[in-house]
Amino acid sequence: MSREEDTIVRYTASERINHWIVAIAFFAAGLSGLALFHPSLFFLANLFGGGPWTRIIHPWAGVVMVIAFFLMARWMWADNYLTAEDWQWLKQIWDVVGNKEERLPPAGRYNAGQKMLFWTLVASLVLLLVSGAMIWYGYFALYFPLWARQLAAAVHAFAAFVLVLAIIVHIYASIWVKGSIRAMVRGKVTPAWARQHHPEWYREIMEGKA
Amino acid sequence: MALQSLDIVARSATTLPPPQIRHTEEVAKLIDISKCIGCKACQAACMEWNDLRDEVGINFGSYQNPADLTPASWTLMRFYEVEPDGELEWLIRKDGCMHCAEPGCLEACPSPGAIIKYSNGIVDFVEENCIGCGYCVTGCPFNIPRISKKDNKAYKCTLCSDRVAVGLEPACVKACPTQALVFGTKQAMLEHAAERVAELKERGFKNAGVYDPPGVGGTHVIYVLQHADKPELYELPKDPKISPLVRLWKGITKPLALAAFGLSIVIGFLHYVSVGPNEVKEEKKDTDSNPPA
Repeated sequence: MSREEDTIVRYTASERINHWIVAIAFFAAGLSGLALFHPSLFFLANLFGGGPWTRIIHPWAGVVMVIAFFLMARWMWADNYLTAEDWQWLKQIWDVVGNKEERLPPAGRYNAGQKMLFWTLVASLVLLLVSGAMIWYGYFALYFPLWARQLAAAVHAFAAFVLVLAIIVHIYASIWVKGSIRAMVRGKVTPAWARQHHPEWYREIMEGKA
Repeated sequence: MALQSLDIVARSATTLPPPQIRHTEEVAKLIDISKCIGCKACQAACMEWNDLRDEVGINFGSYQNPADLTPASWTLMRFYEVEPDGELEWLIRKDGCMHCAEPGCLEACPSPGAIIKYSNGIVDFVEENCIGCGYCVTGCPFNIPRISKKDNKAYKCTLCSDRVAVGLEPACVKACPTQALVFGTKQAMLEHAAERVAELKERGFKNAGVYDPPGVGGTHVIYVLQHADKPELYELPKDPKISPLVRLWKGITKPLALAAFGLSIVIGFLHYVSVGPNEVKEEKKDTDSNPPA
């Protein structure tokens, strides 16, 4: 029962490095943001050297996350357009969570769940960037009227909530679907993995190779 | 500070109640605008008592100086030339922290103990705990706190909490030559204000009244205004309250959001131990004999 060899490149080294820059920046911005989100999580400020350092680091980590994400999103963009099969996939969400993948319409490079995640991240990061700039007192906040800053603060917290929830789902999915973490760490997947999870993508690769 | 900490009734970013055993009388500063002559003795006294020396600014064509509240100017005489009834009036208002009973700054502050409210009603910033995020500025309905560019700390009027704690009146009140500023218990100040309003009405100011806005639970700095029906003439908000957006931002939504995070993790864990991981099924068989589905 030897393991099938990794032969299909899913993510190149630069794509993987890009992803992990986003991930590290997400944890820096996310944990520092959670420290300011609710008093019960203020202890997280200790990870960053106290309250003032948390306040200083948070926006810069956010800027790094947004820039790195959109560099990464550039090459993922076209693969994430939703198709008619994707809606069918989403309707069968219980087959998805029940590990009954064979009943689903065949996914391409990204399945419908991954695509929904992608667009959720795009939307929440745009909202976070804009609203974050509006409450960044070191630089831009005082160019905006009070009501706009109050609105931005509420939007920022809401978008952060959506983002964190989306990333919890993302991380769980990578633990749940075996081989995903390896794909993002080492870059390669087995043909069987590709056939099972992304049959359309597998077919394209085989045709490309042929 | 050790004993004074007994008198703290509210503390920013703190979920449990502070010591409740002691109770002190609520105080208030009454600013009677009809008696103010704009001499700025209060401004000078504030600088002197608090050892503050603001930078020398530029004349922008008004007696108002400096142009705005700053981290080092905690009170400011604002001068307004208005014509509410067709006749020119020169209104002078001493601006500064209102010491709200429900302080928007304290509600918004994310740093534990950076903003405190004493049982006498004074709202104080504890710069040592301030992280410089500016949320107090976002939360304040009166646009009072100022963040210093030098140290990224928020500053505002303390109502001379150090003087009041030892039974003295605030420095500005001490210096006022016309008794436009009076200090005492909130109750006494409201009574005094009512007398002043009655006098002003007799003198023809039919819209005279007290500014003690209920939207923020009342304030511990209250005004007697000649035109209480139009506080906008003095650049005072008509019905100040903690913005619903700030309530949404800092209220029940936050613990609910945290609960949602926790719940999502629990659901993930339960899914993993019940349904289980999604593994590659084909790998158990001879790999190359299976064509793609």
